[in-house]
Amino acid sequence: MLKINNLHASADGRIILKGINLNVNPGEVHAIMGPNGSGKSTFSSVIAGSDDFDVTKGQMLFDDNDLSDMDPESRAHSGIFLSFQYPIEIPGITVTNFVKTAINSIRKAKGLGDMDSSDLLKKIREKSKLLDIDSRFLSRSLNEGFSGGEKKRNEIFQMAMLEPRLSILDETDSGLDIDALKVVANGVNRLKTRENATIVITHYQRLLDYIVPDFVHVMFDGQIVKSGDKSLAKNLEEKGYDWIKKELN
Amino acid sequence: MGYTEEELKKELETKEYEYGFYTDIESDTFEIGLNEDVIKKISKRKDEPKWMTEWRLSAYKVWKEMDEPNWANVKYNKPDYQAISYYSAPKGKPKYDSLDEVDPELIKTFNKLGISIDEQKKLTGVAVDIVMDSVSVATTFRDTLAKKGIIFCSISEAIKSYPELVKRYLGTVIPPKDNYFAALNSAVFSDGSFCYIPKGVRCPMELSTYFRINQAGTGQFERTLVIADESSYVSYLEGCTAPSRDENQLHAAVVELIALDDAEIKYSTVQNWYPGDKKGKGGVFNFVTKRGICHNRSKISWTQVETGSAVTWKYPSCILKGDKSIGEFYSIAVTNNFQQADTGTKMIHLGKNTKSTIISKGISAGQSQNSYRGLVKISPRAKNARNFSQCDSLLMGNKCGAHTFPYIEAKNNTSQIEHEATTSKIGEDQIFYCNQRGIDTEKAIALIVNGFSKEVLNKLPMEFAIEAQKLLEISLEGSVG
Repeated sequence: MLKINNLHASADGRIILKGINLNVNPGEVHAIMGPNGSGKSTFSSVIAGSDDFDVTKGQMLFDDNDLSDMDPESRAHSGIFLSFQYPIEIPGITVTNFVKTAINSIRKAKGLGDMDSSDLLKKIREKSKLLDIDSRFLSRSLNEGFSGGEKKRNEIFQMAMLEPRLSILDETDSGLDIDALKVVANGVNRLKTRENATIVITHYQRLLDYIVPDFVHVMFDGQIVKSGDKSLAKNLEEKGYDWIKKELN
Repeated sequence: MGYTEEELKKELETKEYEYGFYTDIESDTFEIGLNEDVIKKISKRKDEPKWMTEWRLSAYKVWKEMDEPNWANVKYNKPDYQAISYYSAPKGKPKYDSLDEVDPELIKTFNKLGISIDEQKKLTGVAVDIVMDSVSVATTFRDTLAKKGIIFCSISEAIKSYPELVKRYLGTVIPPKDNYFAALNSAVFSDGSFCYIPKGVRCPMELSTYFRINQAGTGQFERTLVIADESSYVSYLEGCTAPSRDENQLHAAVVELIALDDAEIKYSTVQNWYPGDKKGKGGVFNFVTKRGICHNRSKISWTQVETGSAVTWKYPSCILKGDKSIGEFYSIAVTNNFQQADTGTKMIHLGKNTKSTIISKGISAGQSQNSYRGLVKISPRAKNARNFSQCDSLLMGNKCGAHTFPYIEAKNNTSQIEHEATTSKIGEDQIFYCNQRGIDTEKAIALIVNGFSKEVLNKLPMEFAIEAQKLLEISLEGSVG
């Protein structure tokens, strides 16, 4: 589904990603861990198509299509979703209106008409129940005045509504207390199918107690330096990132 | 992949005036120039009584002595007032009993605008008094309104049929000497609308007028007079679109509102005059004087969505004369390319316990200049007067300007005045967030702008709000992030 070969990316002339290789297949959950500044968030932004970064070398294929040829909205249309580490506020636009606009934009790209409003309502009810979201939340301005936890829950709600094929969760656990974390993780698990895949980017092992990965990758200085199964995350938690640093040296 | 400010700017320029066309209807147009004879001729052509002719002539004398104002934050080449024709009327039958009799070209025009009269009638229940090049060519729903004693007709007709009402109120809120453009309008106004709501009557439908400038080189001088008698209510909609023109067109309208004791007037405007091309060539000069007077416990609300015109000079105002009267001003002003807008309001608190609210949303893109200019004046007698003002500006790109000129004069220490102002810019991060959800940049900007304008859009009647949202989108298509 997603094939990353020798990906290099830079921002303002500074090289951040230094040759990343990753293969993600349908039905898989990948976790990317690493210390601060290792390039985890850059990696997710580059896949989503942020123009804060320049891809200088390597290739990103999604369903054999070269992502570099696609603008951010086309990537979204083809099924890539990024749960932002810092979701953006849009004052005056309700969560509902935003989600509706997003769904209909994706449908339009597929040559479909707007989603029937009763179907939409049904879907909103179903997904908000899944994530324990009340309807007052849905009528608030997008992310405006939201707590950290509400913002993250809103990201996962959008993910649930848009039903992407590849979801990238960028530090979704940051700012969440343990109860909110459980709700969000539970939502992510229930949305998992054999057709879609998830990349979980996290600093801490904690989230991986609830979203169990098939693969764990350790990113360090713009490269994936170690891959393994979920036990790698446990090892990291116990030994710390210094352990990896030592191993590398 | 992604977008840069430069790319967005380019996209912005792709927007052309959607309603830029010219309807080919035969017109009866005066030769250019302005003098007493022209004014007499206008008055005669309209079959006006002598007092009206005299009124016009005295206004003309006042105007001749005045200078065109230049205090507004706008720059333009002043029109040559002797190079304008001051009267233009469609030829043929002046009045129609049914729409079938209306020139098919005119119907086509309305179809292009998506506001066909039939559609209006069926879907919205709006009575439409169409002013096309100065003479009313169709008025609908007259019967329904007449049953309630509501008068809704052209001002020319009102001068003939209801001279007492017109004489009593015309020029009482905006006297001819008020300002240069009001004086000019008083001298040469061609037509406009008149509305009277009798005591205790709630007007059952939104009253609406579509203004259009059509004949090349013809200035448009509309005159509107709305009188809400005691304890009555009316909601009045004014929508404007104009065909594309190369030379500048002058538009100097006057709107007077009178809300007697316990009455309420809602006056909503969606203005989409031709703004000029992307290089700043052409476009309408919109120099409008709008003012209402509130008697005891009455209320006037001005709501405006201004997307058009090359130059806008407009301050819908309220004189809160009566105790406990309320004035409101809700405005969205969009400027793009080389448009210039200097708009705002004046809230003059004369009565005790008077209240006013000002919500102004300015959106600037391209190389445009957008100014809010507002006056809140509390007179010594206006005990416990309250004002709340909020002025928000949204900028797109880095070549446009947003300016705020709030004036406050408080002469009563029991009054309370609040002023809030914000300036923000559409962020690339906001647009990227939308893009990542599959929403393209154009739609993302429309979404952000609609959110920004929401408080004002919510004040418009439903069907008008939808039209206004569409206009905002058209005005800012592909705008800068």
